[in-house]
Amino acid sequence: MNQDFNGPEEESLREAVQQELEAIIPFSAKLRKAIEELGEVSVLLARTIARAVRPPYELGAFAYQLEALGIGSLSIASLTAVFAGLVMSLQFAFFMARFGVQHTVGKVVSLSIFRELGPVLIALTVGARIGSGIAAELGSMKVTEQIDAVRALGADPIKKLAVPRILACVIVVPALTVLADVLAMVAGSAVVKVEYEIPFDQFYRSAIETVQWADFLSGIMKSAVFGVIISAVGCYKGFQVEGGTEGVGRATTETVAIASVAICLADFFLTKLLLSL
Amino acid sequence: MKASRHERSFARPAAGEELIRVEDLHKSFGTKHVFEGLNLSVIEGEILTVMGGSGIGKSVLLKCLIGLIYPDLGKIIFEGQDLTEFEESDFLPVRRKIAMVFQGAALFDSLTVAENIAYPVREHFPQKTDEEIQRIVSQKLELVKLPGIESMKPSDLSGGMRKRVGLARAIAVDPEVILWDEPTTGLDPISAHAIDLLILSMKRKLGCTSVVVTHDLDSAFTVSDRIAMIAKRKIIQVGTVHEMRSSTVPEVRTFFEARRPARPRAAAQ
Repeated sequence: MNQDFNGPEEESLREAVQQELEAIIPFSAKLRKAIEELGEVSVLLARTIARAVRPPYELGAFAYQLEALGIGSLSIASLTAVFAGLVMSLQFAFFMARFGVQHTVGKVVSLSIFRELGPVLIALTVGARIGSGIAAELGSMKVTEQIDAVRALGADPIKKLAVPRILACVIVVPALTVLADVLAMVAGSAVVKVEYEIPFDQFYRSAIETVQWADFLSGIMKSAVFGVIISAVGCYKGFQVEGGTEGVGRATTETVAIASVAICLADFFLTKLLLSL
Repeated sequence: MKASRHERSFARPAAGEELIRVEDLHKSFGTKHVFEGLNLSVIEGEILTVMGGSGIGKSVLLKCLIGLIYPDLGKIIFEGQDLTEFEESDFLPVRRKIAMVFQGAALFDSLTVAENIAYPVREHFPQKTDEEIQRIVSQKLELVKLPGIESMKPSDLSGGMRKRVGLARAIAVDPEVILWDEPTTGLDPISAHAIDLLILSMKRKLGCTSVVVTHDLDSAFTVSDRIAMIAKRKIIQVGTVHEMRSSTVPEVRTFFEARRPARPRAAAQ
Protein backbone atom coordinates (compact mmCIF):
# COMPACT_ATOMS: atom_id res chain seq x y z
CA MET A 1 0.00 0.00 0.00
CA ASN A 2 2.76 2.34 0.93
CA GLN A 3 4.53 1.62 -2.29
CA ASP A 4 1.52 2.99 -4.19
CA PHE A 5 2.30 6.42 -2.72
CA ASN A 6 5.98 6.26 -3.49
CA GLY A 7 5.75 6.18 -7.27
CA PRO A 8 6.81 9.19 -9.30
CA GLU A 9 3.21 10.21 -10.08
CA GLU A 10 2.22 10.06 -6.45
CA GLU A 11 5.33 12.00 -5.52
CA SER A 12 4.50 14.78 -7.93
CA LEU A 13 0.89 14.73 -6.73
CA ARG A 14 2.08 15.02 -3.16
CA GLU A 15 4.30 17.97 -4.08
CA ALA A 16 1.43 19.63 -5.87
CA VAL A 17 -0.85 19.18 -2.85
CA GLN A 18 1.92 20.47 -0.61
CA GLN A 19 2.32 23.57 -2.79
CA GLU A 20 -1.43 24.17 -2.80
CA LEU A 21 -1.55 23.86 0.98
CA GLU A 22 1.36 26.24 1.37
CA ALA A 23 -0.45 28.71 -0.88
CA ILE A 24 -3.73 28.31 0.99
CA ILE A 25 -2.36 28.61 4.55
CA PRO A 26 -0.99 32.17 4.19
CA PHE A 27 -4.16 33.10 2.31
CA SER A 28 -6.35 31.72 5.08
CA ALA A 29 -4.23 33.57 7.67
CA LYS A 30 -4.67 36.79 5.71
CA LEU A 31 -8.39 36.18 5.38
CA ARG A 32 -8.65 35.53 9.10
CA LYS A 33 -6.70 38.73 9.84
CA ALA A 34 -8.96 40.70 7.48
CA ILE A 35 -12.08 39.35 9.21
CA GLU A 36 -10.61 40.14 12.63
CA GLU A 37 -9.80 43.68 11.53
CA LEU A 38 -13.30 44.11 10.14
CA GLY A 39 -14.65 43.04 13.52
CA GLU A 40 -12.35 45.44 15.35
CA VAL A 41 -13.31 48.36 13.09
CA SER A 42 -16.97 47.52 13.77
CA VAL A 43 -16.32 47.52 17.52
CA LEU A 44 -14.54 50.88 17.24
CA LEU A 45 -17.49 52.24 15.28
CA ALA A 46 -20.00 50.97 17.83
CA ARG A 47 -17.99 52.53 20.67
CA THR A 48 -17.75 55.78 18.72
CA ILE A 49 -21.52 55.92 18.31
CA ALA A 50 -22.02 55.13 22.01
CA ARG A 51 -19.59 57.93 23.02
CA ALA A 52 -20.99 60.39 20.46
CA VAL A 53 -24.50 60.36 21.90
CA ARG A 54 -23.30 60.72 25.50
CA PRO A 55 -22.59 64.25 26.84
CA PRO A 56 -20.41 66.25 27.11
CA TYR A 57 -20.23 66.86 23.37
CA GLU A 58 -16.89 67.75 21.84
CA LEU A 59 -18.26 70.57 19.69
CA GLY A 60 -14.98 72.50 19.51
CA ALA A 61 -13.04 69.47 18.28
CA PHE A 62 -15.86 68.61 15.86
CA ALA A 63 -15.80 72.13 14.38
CA TYR A 64 -11.99 71.98 14.12
CA GLN A 65 -12.18 68.67 12.25
CA LEU A 66 -14.91 69.98 9.95
CA GLU A 67 -12.60 72.79 8.94
CA ALA A 68 -9.43 70.68 8.78
CA LEU A 69 -10.96 67.86 6.78
CA GLY A 70 -13.51 69.84 4.76
CA ILE A 71 -11.85 73.14 3.86
CA GLY A 72 -8.54 71.38 3.39
CA SER A 73 -10.09 69.03 0.84
CA LEU A 74 -11.89 71.69 -1.22
CA SER A 75 -9.19 72.10 -3.86
CA ILE A 76 -8.67 68.39 -4.55
CA ALA A 77 -12.44 67.78 -4.61
CA SER A 78 -13.03 70.70 -6.97
CA LEU A 79 -10.26 69.71 -9.37
CA THR A 80 -11.39 66.09 -9.43
CA ALA A 81 -14.99 67.08 -10.04
CA VAL A 82 -14.24 69.58 -12.81
CA PHE A 83 -12.08 67.17 -14.78
CA ALA A 84 -14.47 64.27 -14.24
CA GLY A 85 -17.30 66.46 -15.57
CA LEU A 86 -15.23 67.56 -18.57
CA VAL A 87 -14.18 64.03 -19.52
CA MET A 88 -17.58 62.42 -18.91
CA SER A 89 -19.39 65.02 -21.01
CA LEU A 90 -16.86 64.81 -23.83
CA GLN A 91 -17.00 61.01 -23.92
CA PHE A 92 -20.79 60.81 -23.84
CA ALA A 93 -21.27 63.62 -26.34
CA PHE A 94 -18.77 62.05 -28.74
CA PHE A 95 -20.50 58.66 -28.79
CA MET A 96 -24.05 60.01 -28.69
CA ALA A 97 -23.25 62.24 -31.64
CA ARG A 98 -22.78 59.06 -33.69
CA PHE A 99 -26.48 58.33 -33.18
CA GLY A 100 -27.51 61.96 -33.51
CA VAL A 101 -28.76 62.26 -29.92
CA GLN A 102 -26.02 64.44 -28.50
CA HIS A 103 -28.64 66.95 -27.30
CA THR A 104 -29.60 64.44 -24.56
CA VAL A 105 -26.08 64.32 -23.16
CA GLY A 106 -27.20 66.28 -20.08
CA LYS A 107 -29.46 63.39 -19.03
CA VAL A 108 -26.72 60.78 -19.15
CA VAL A 109 -24.03 62.94 -17.63
CA SER A 110 -26.21 64.15 -14.77
CA LEU A 111 -27.46 60.68 -13.88
CA SER A 112 -23.93 59.22 -13.96
CA ILE A 113 -22.53 62.00 -11.82
CA PHE A 114 -25.32 62.23 -9.26
CA ARG A 115 -25.84 58.51 -8.75
CA GLU A 116 -22.35 57.11 -9.09
CA LEU A 117 -19.39 59.15 -10.23
CA GLY A 118 -19.68 62.04 -7.76
CA PRO A 119 -19.88 59.96 -4.57
CA VAL A 120 -17.33 57.32 -5.60
CA LEU A 121 -14.77 59.65 -7.14
CA ILE A 122 -14.87 62.03 -4.19
CA ALA A 123 -14.68 59.14 -1.72
CA LEU A 124 -11.65 57.68 -3.47
CA THR A 125 -9.71 60.91 -3.97
CA VAL A 126 -10.70 62.94 -0.93
CA GLY A 127 -10.96 59.74 1.10
CA ALA A 128 -7.35 58.90 0.43
CA ARG A 129 -6.34 62.33 1.69
CA ILE A 130 -8.61 62.32 4.73
CA GLY A 131 -8.11 58.67 5.70
CA SER A 132 -4.34 58.75 5.42
CA GLY A 133 -4.26 62.08 7.28
CA ILE A 134 -6.31 60.67 10.17
CA ALA A 135 -4.16 57.51 10.34
CA ALA A 136 -0.93 59.53 10.24
CA GLU A 137 -2.08 61.99 12.91
CA LEU A 138 -3.40 59.37 15.32
CA GLY A 139 -0.47 57.06 14.56
CA SER A 140 1.99 59.84 15.39
CA MET A 141 0.09 60.50 18.60
CA LYS A 142 0.31 56.79 19.42
CA VAL A 143 4.07 56.50 18.92
CA THR A 144 4.74 59.69 20.90
CA GLU A 145 2.55 58.40 23.76
CA GLN A 146 0.01 61.21 23.32
CA ILE A 147 -2.84 58.70 23.23
CA ASP A 148 -1.55 57.18 26.48
CA ALA A 149 -1.41 60.74 27.82
CA VAL A 150 -5.07 61.32 26.89
CA ARG A 151 -5.99 58.27 28.97
CA ALA A 152 -3.61 59.16 31.79
CA LEU A 153 -5.15 62.64 32.04
CA GLY A 154 -8.59 61.15 32.57
CA ALA A 155 -10.03 61.43 29.07
CA ASP A 156 -11.31 58.82 26.62
CA PRO A 157 -9.31 58.62 23.35
CA ILE A 158 -12.34 57.39 21.40
CA LYS A 159 -14.48 60.30 22.56
CA LYS A 160 -11.72 62.87 22.20
CA LEU A 161 -10.14 61.67 18.95
CA ALA A 162 -12.37 59.26 17.03
CA VAL A 163 -15.80 60.84 17.57
CA PRO A 164 -14.98 64.32 16.15
CA ARG A 165 -13.18 62.84 13.14
CA ILE A 166 -15.83 60.27 12.22
CA LEU A 167 -18.72 62.72 12.71
CA ALA A 168 -16.89 65.35 10.67
CA CYS A 169 -16.36 62.85 7.85
CA VAL A 170 -20.06 61.96 7.82
CA ILE A 171 -20.76 65.65 7.11
CA VAL A 172 -17.72 66.55 5.01
CA VAL A 173 -17.78 63.76 2.42
CA PRO A 174 -21.46 64.28 1.42
CA ALA A 175 -20.95 68.07 1.41
CA LEU A 176 -17.96 67.73 -0.89
CA THR A 177 -19.98 65.34 -3.05
CA VAL A 178 -22.71 67.97 -3.51
CA LEU A 179 -20.05 70.50 -4.45
CA ALA A 180 -18.50 67.99 -6.84
CA ASP A 181 -21.89 67.24 -8.44
CA VAL A 182 -22.44 70.94 -9.14
CA LEU A 183 -18.92 71.61 -10.42
CA ALA A 184 -18.94 68.53 -12.65
CA MET A 185 -22.25 69.63 -14.20
CA VAL A 186 -20.98 73.17 -14.79
CA ALA A 187 -17.75 71.89 -16.34
CA GLY A 188 -19.64 69.31 -18.43
CA SER A 189 -22.13 71.84 -19.74
CA ALA A 190 -19.31 74.24 -20.65
CA VAL A 191 -17.30 71.68 -22.61
CA VAL A 192 -20.27 70.39 -24.66
CA LYS A 193 -21.28 74.00 -25.37
CA VAL A 194 -17.84 74.70 -26.81
CA GLU A 195 -17.27 71.37 -28.55
CA TYR A 196 -20.80 70.41 -29.69
CA GLU A 197 -22.67 73.71 -29.48
CA ILE A 198 -25.24 72.29 -27.09
CA PRO A 199 -26.83 75.27 -25.33
CA PHE A 200 -26.59 75.53 -21.54
CA ASP A 201 -30.35 75.67 -21.08
CA GLN A 202 -30.83 72.49 -23.13
CA PHE A 203 -28.14 70.69 -21.12
CA TYR A 204 -29.57 71.71 -17.76
CA ARG A 205 -33.22 71.23 -18.79
CA SER A 206 -32.55 67.65 -19.86
CA ALA A 207 -30.61 67.09 -16.66
CA ILE A 208 -33.40 68.48 -14.45
CA GLU A 209 -36.02 66.46 -16.32
CA THR A 210 -34.04 63.28 -15.74
CA VAL A 211 -32.54 63.53 -12.27
CA GLN A 212 -35.01 62.90 -9.47
CA TRP A 213 -34.58 63.56 -5.77
CA ALA A 214 -34.04 59.83 -5.24
CA ASP A 215 -31.05 59.88 -7.60
CA PHE A 216 -29.51 62.82 -5.79
CA LEU A 217 -30.21 61.43 -2.33
CA SER A 218 -28.89 57.97 -3.17
CA GLY A 219 -25.56 59.58 -4.06
CA ILE A 220 -25.54 61.57 -0.82
CA MET A 221 -26.40 58.51 1.23
CA LYS A 222 -23.62 56.55 -0.39
CA SER A 223 -21.12 59.30 0.32
CA ALA A 224 -22.15 59.43 4.00
CA VAL A 225 -21.46 55.70 4.27
CA PHE A 226 -18.15 56.21 2.46
CA GLY A 227 -17.31 58.95 4.98
CA VAL A 228 -17.87 56.51 7.83
CA ILE A 229 -15.69 53.87 6.14
CA ILE A 230 -12.83 56.29 5.43
CA SER A 231 -12.72 57.78 8.92
CA ALA A 232 -13.31 54.51 10.81
CA VAL A 233 -10.50 52.77 8.91
CA GLY A 234 -8.20 55.79 9.43
CA CYS A 235 -8.94 55.93 13.17
CA TYR A 236 -8.56 52.18 13.60
CA LYS A 237 -5.25 52.05 11.76
CA GLY A 238 -4.00 55.11 13.63
CA PHE A 239 -4.87 53.63 17.03
CA GLN A 240 -3.21 50.33 16.07
CA VAL A 241 0.16 51.79 15.05
CA GLU A 242 3.16 49.95 16.45
CA GLY A 243 6.82 50.32 15.62
CA GLY A 244 7.57 54.04 15.48
CA THR A 245 7.56 56.13 12.34
CA GLU A 246 7.80 53.06 10.12
CA GLY A 247 4.53 51.89 11.64
CA VAL A 248 2.94 55.28 10.91
CA GLY A 249 3.92 54.99 7.25
CA ARG A 250 2.54 51.46 7.07
CA ALA A 251 -0.74 52.55 8.69
CA THR A 252 -1.29 55.39 6.20
CA THR A 253 -0.63 53.13 3.21
CA GLU A 254 -2.90 50.40 4.57
CA THR A 255 -5.63 52.94 5.30
CA VAL A 256 -5.70 54.10 1.67
CA ALA A 257 -5.69 50.52 0.35
CA ILE A 258 -8.32 49.18 2.75
CA ALA A 259 -10.60 52.21 2.48
CA SER A 260 -10.45 52.14 -1.34
CA VAL A 261 -11.35 48.46 -1.53
CA ALA A 262 -14.05 48.88 1.13
CA ILE A 263 -15.55 51.84 -0.79
CA CYS A 264 -15.74 49.79 -4.00
CA LEU A 265 -17.33 46.84 -2.18
CA ALA A 266 -19.76 49.06 -0.28
CA ASP A 267 -20.64 50.88 -3.50
CA PHE A 268 -21.73 47.64 -5.14
CA PHE A 269 -23.92 46.53 -2.24
CA LEU A 270 -25.36 50.00 -1.67
CA THR A 271 -26.20 50.30 -5.38
CA LYS A 272 -27.96 46.93 -5.27
CA LEU A 273 -29.83 47.98 -2.15
CA LEU A 274 -30.83 51.42 -3.40
CA LEU A 275 -31.96 50.13 -6.79
CA SER A 276 -34.19 47.60 -5.09
CA LEU A 277 -35.95 50.24 -2.97
CA MET B 1 -17.08 39.87 41.94
CA LYS B 2 -15.86 43.23 40.69
CA ALA B 3 -16.99 46.30 42.58
CA SER B 4 -18.73 49.03 40.63
CA ARG B 5 -17.14 52.45 40.41
CA HIS B 6 -19.64 53.81 42.95
CA GLU B 7 -18.52 51.32 45.58
CA ARG B 8 -14.85 52.12 45.37
CA SER B 9 -13.36 54.22 48.15
CA PHE B 10 -9.73 55.14 48.47
CA ALA B 11 -8.06 55.59 51.84
CA ARG B 12 -4.86 57.63 51.69
CA PRO B 13 -2.37 56.23 54.22
CA ALA B 14 -0.35 58.34 56.65
CA ALA B 15 3.20 59.33 55.74
CA GLY B 16 5.57 56.39 56.00
CA GLU B 17 2.85 53.79 55.44
CA GLU B 18 2.43 51.66 52.34
CA LEU B 19 0.65 53.51 49.51
CA ILE B 20 1.03 51.10 46.58
CA ARG B 21 1.70 47.36 46.80
CA VAL B 22 2.49 45.33 43.70
CA GLU B 23 2.09 41.59 44.29
CA ASP B 24 3.27 38.77 42.04
CA LEU B 25 2.92 40.83 38.86
CA HIS B 26 3.14 38.94 35.58
CA LYS B 27 3.12 40.58 32.16
CA SER B 28 3.99 39.22 28.74
CA PHE B 29 3.82 40.65 25.24
CA GLY B 30 3.41 37.64 22.97
CA THR B 31 6.31 35.35 23.75
CA LYS B 32 8.29 38.08 25.52
CA HIS B 33 7.92 37.77 29.28
CA VAL B 34 8.48 41.14 30.94
CA PHE B 35 7.53 40.37 34.55
CA GLU B 36 7.30 37.01 36.26
CA GLY B 37 6.32 37.55 39.88
CA LEU B 38 7.36 41.15 40.45
CA ASN B 39 6.74 42.48 43.97
CA LEU B 40 7.17 46.09 45.09
CA SER B 41 5.96 48.47 47.77
CA VAL B 42 5.78 52.25 47.50
CA ILE B 43 5.68 54.19 50.75
CA GLU B 44 3.56 57.34 51.13
CA GLY B 45 5.69 60.45 50.71
CA GLU B 46 8.85 58.78 49.42
CA ILE B 47 10.72 59.09 46.14
CA LEU B 48 11.27 55.55 44.89
CA THR B 49 13.50 55.10 41.88
CA VAL B 50 13.09 51.99 39.74
CA MET B 51 16.26 51.14 37.87
CA GLY B 52 17.29 48.55 35.35
CA GLY B 53 18.64 48.15 31.86
CA SER B 54 16.91 49.34 28.70
CA GLY B 55 13.91 47.28 27.59
CA ILE B 56 13.59 45.52 30.92
CA GLY B 57 10.06 46.77 31.55
CA LYS B 58 10.48 49.86 33.76
CA SER B 59 8.01 51.92 31.72
CA VAL B 60 5.63 48.94 31.55
CA LEU B 61 5.59 48.89 35.36
CA LEU B 62 4.63 52.58 35.50
CA LYS B 63 1.91 52.07 32.89
CA CYS B 64 0.53 49.14 34.91
CA LEU B 65 0.36 51.40 37.99
CA ILE B 66 -1.85 53.93 36.19
CA GLY B 67 -3.90 51.38 34.22
CA LEU B 68 -2.53 52.13 30.76
CA ILE B 69 -1.38 48.49 30.52
CA TYR B 70 -3.26 45.63 32.15
CA PRO B 71 -1.12 42.95 33.83
CA ASP B 72 -1.72 39.29 33.02
CA LEU B 73 -1.61 38.21 36.65
CA GLY B 74 -1.00 39.65 40.09
CA LYS B 75 -2.35 42.54 42.11
CA ILE B 76 -1.71 46.27 42.31
CA ILE B 77 -3.14 47.59 45.55
CA PHE B 78 -3.46 51.39 45.69
CA GLU B 79 -5.00 52.94 48.81
CA GLY B 80 -6.73 49.67 49.60
CA GLN B 81 -8.14 49.09 46.09
CA ASP B 82 -6.94 46.39 43.71
CA LEU B 83 -6.43 48.23 40.40
CA THR B 84 -6.25 44.97 38.44
CA GLU B 85 -10.00 44.57 39.06
CA PHE B 86 -10.77 47.98 37.59
CA GLU B 87 -12.47 48.53 34.24
CA GLU B 88 -11.16 51.35 32.06
CA SER B 89 -14.02 53.60 33.16
CA ASP B 90 -13.16 53.00 36.85
CA PHE B 91 -9.72 54.52 36.44
CA LEU B 92 -10.92 58.15 36.34
CA PRO B 93 -10.51 58.71 40.12
CA VAL B 94 -7.20 56.83 40.05
CA ARG B 95 -5.87 59.11 37.31
CA ARG B 96 -6.91 62.08 39.39
CA LYS B 97 -4.68 60.75 42.19
CA ILE B 98 -1.83 59.29 40.11
CA ALA B 99 -0.30 61.42 37.36
CA MET B 100 2.37 60.46 34.87
CA VAL B 101 5.16 62.49 33.30
CA PHE B 102 5.95 60.77 30.01
CA GLN B 103 9.43 60.17 28.65
CA GLY B 104 8.96 62.47 25.65
CA ALA B 105 6.54 64.70 27.61
CA ALA B 106 3.69 63.58 25.25
CA LEU B 107 2.38 67.14 24.96
CA PHE B 108 -0.49 67.58 22.52
CA ASP B 109 1.05 69.24 19.47
CA SER B 110 -2.15 70.93 18.35
CA LEU B 111 -2.69 72.68 21.69
CA THR B 112 -0.84 75.57 23.31
CA VAL B 113 1.08 75.12 26.56
CA ALA B 114 -1.86 76.60 28.51
CA GLU B 115 -4.36 74.30 26.79
CA ASN B 116 -2.13 71.30 27.52
CA ILE B 117 -1.98 72.13 31.23
CA ALA B 118 -5.70 72.93 31.35
CA TYR B 119 -6.58 69.59 29.71
CA PRO B 120 -6.69 67.38 32.84
CA VAL B 121 -8.37 70.16 34.84
CA ARG B 122 -11.21 70.33 32.32
CA GLU B 123 -11.54 66.53 32.38
CA HIS B 124 -11.56 66.10 36.14
CA PHE B 125 -13.19 69.38 37.16
CA PRO B 126 -15.59 70.39 34.36
CA GLN B 127 -17.30 72.86 36.70
CA LYS B 128 -14.21 75.09 36.97
CA THR B 129 -14.47 78.44 35.22
CA ASP B 130 -12.01 79.67 32.59
CA GLU B 131 -10.58 82.18 35.10
CA GLU B 132 -9.93 79.46 37.67
CA ILE B 133 -8.29 77.26 35.05
CA GLN B 134 -6.18 80.18 33.87
CA ARG B 135 -5.02 80.72 37.44
CA ILE B 136 -4.10 77.04 37.86
CA VAL B 137 -2.14 77.10 34.59
CA SER B 138 -0.15 80.15 35.71
CA GLN B 139 0.54 78.64 39.15
CA LYS B 140 1.79 75.37 37.73
CA LEU B 141 4.01 77.12 35.19
CA GLU B 142 5.48 79.20 38.04
CA LEU B 143 6.10 75.99 39.96
CA VAL B 144 8.11 74.47 37.12
CA LYS B 145 9.93 77.80 36.59
CA LEU B 146 8.45 78.54 33.18
CA PRO B 147 6.18 81.54 33.73
CA GLY B 148 4.68 83.39 30.79
CA ILE B 149 4.86 80.69 28.13
CA GLU B 150 1.13 79.95 28.09
CA SER B 151 0.60 80.82 24.44
CA MET B 152 3.59 78.88 23.07
CA LYS B 153 3.15 75.64 21.17
CA PRO B 154 5.03 72.44 22.19
CA SER B 155 7.01 72.62 18.94
CA ASP B 156 8.51 75.93 20.12
CA LEU B 157 9.94 74.39 23.31
CA SER B 158 13.29 72.77 24.03
CA GLY B 159 13.49 69.21 25.37
CA GLY B 160 13.92 70.36 28.97
CA MET B 161 11.07 72.86 28.68
CA ARG B 162 8.79 70.19 27.23
CA LYS B 163 9.51 67.91 30.19
CA ARG B 164 8.75 70.72 32.62
CA VAL B 165 5.49 71.57 30.83
CA GLY B 166 4.70 67.83 30.96
CA LEU B 167 5.23 68.02 34.71
CA ALA B 168 3.07 71.15 34.99
CA ARG B 169 0.30 69.27 33.16
CA ALA B 170 0.72 66.22 35.43
CA ILE B 171 0.44 68.28 38.64
CA ALA B 172 -2.42 70.43 37.35
CA VAL B 173 -4.97 68.40 39.33
CA ASP B 174 -2.75 68.13 42.45
CA PRO B 175 -2.12 64.37 42.33
CA GLU B 176 -0.92 62.33 45.30
CA VAL B 177 1.53 60.29 43.22
CA ILE B 178 3.69 61.30 40.27
CA LEU B 179 5.09 58.62 37.98
CA TRP B 180 8.20 59.83 36.16
CA ASP B 181 9.20 57.91 33.02
CA GLU B 182 12.88 58.56 32.28
CA PRO B 183 12.68 62.24 33.28
CA THR B 184 16.31 63.08 32.48
CA THR B 185 16.80 61.00 29.33
CA GLY B 186 17.90 63.05 26.35
CA LEU B 187 18.66 66.18 28.36
CA ASP B 188 21.94 68.01 28.77
CA PRO B 189 23.48 67.68 32.28
CA ILE B 190 22.27 71.09 33.46
CA SER B 191 18.69 70.52 32.30
CA ALA B 192 18.81 67.01 33.78
CA HIS B 193 19.88 68.37 37.16
CA ALA B 194 17.15 71.01 36.97
CA ILE B 195 14.64 68.17 36.52
CA ASP B 196 16.16 66.37 39.53
CA LEU B 197 15.61 69.50 41.61
CA LEU B 198 12.01 69.66 40.39
CA ILE B 199 11.41 66.06 41.45
CA LEU B 200 12.70 66.94 44.93
CA SER B 201 10.66 70.14 45.03
CA MET B 202 7.44 68.25 44.18
CA LYS B 203 7.96 66.21 47.34
CA ARG B 204 8.80 69.26 49.41
CA LYS B 205 6.16 71.68 48.09
CA LEU B 206 3.27 69.36 47.18
CA GLY B 207 3.91 66.38 49.45
CA CYS B 208 3.73 64.06 46.45
CA THR B 209 4.95 60.50 46.40
CA SER B 210 7.11 59.87 43.33
CA VAL B 211 7.99 56.72 41.44
CA VAL B 212 10.85 57.54 39.10
CA VAL B 213 11.94 55.18 36.35
CA THR B 214 15.44 55.85 35.11
CA HIS B 215 18.77 54.33 34.24
CA ASP B 216 20.54 57.60 35.04
CA LEU B 217 22.55 56.81 38.17
CA ASP B 218 23.39 60.43 38.96
CA SER B 219 19.72 61.30 38.92
CA ALA B 220 18.81 58.26 41.01
CA PHE B 221 21.43 59.06 43.67
CA THR B 222 20.29 62.71 43.79
CA VAL B 223 16.54 62.21 44.18
CA SER B 224 15.91 58.77 45.67
CA ASP B 225 14.80 57.86 49.15
CA ARG B 226 14.91 54.24 48.02
CA ILE B 227 16.02 52.48 44.85
CA ALA B 228 14.50 49.29 43.42
CA MET B 229 16.43 47.28 40.85
CA ILE B 230 14.66 45.24 38.16
CA ALA B 231 16.46 42.25 36.67
CA LYS B 232 15.44 38.73 35.71
CA ARG B 233 11.84 39.93 35.26
CA LYS B 234 11.38 40.89 38.92
CA ILE B 235 12.65 43.27 41.60
CA ILE B 236 15.92 41.81 42.81
CA GLN B 237 16.73 44.36 45.51
CA VAL B 238 15.20 47.43 47.16
CA GLY B 239 17.09 49.70 49.51
CA THR B 240 18.31 53.16 50.33
CA VAL B 241 20.94 54.77 48.11
CA HIS B 242 23.62 53.76 50.60
CA GLU B 243 22.37 50.16 50.78
CA MET B 244 22.24 49.85 47.01
CA ARG B 245 25.70 51.35 46.52
CA SER B 246 27.14 48.79 48.91
CA SER B 247 25.06 45.94 47.50
CA THR B 248 26.63 42.54 47.01
CA VAL B 249 23.96 41.41 44.51
CA PRO B 250 25.93 40.80 41.28
CA GLU B 251 23.36 42.42 38.92
CA VAL B 252 23.20 45.54 41.11
CA ARG B 253 26.97 45.81 41.35
CA THR B 254 27.37 45.33 37.60
CA PHE B 255 24.78 48.03 36.90
CA PHE B 256 26.24 50.54 39.35
CA GLU B 257 29.85 49.92 38.39
CA ALA B 258 29.03 50.62 34.74
CA ARG B 259 28.27 54.26 35.55
CA ARG B 260 29.83 57.02 33.53
CA PRO B 261 31.76 59.92 35.07
CA ALA B 262 29.52 62.16 37.17
CA ARG B 263 28.05 65.14 35.37
CA PRO B 264 28.81 68.69 36.46
CA ARG B 265 26.45 70.12 39.03
CA ALA B 266 27.60 73.71 39.05
CA ALA B 267 25.24 76.33 37.77
CA ALA B 268 22.47 73.80 37.56
CA GLN B 269 19.13 75.49 38.11
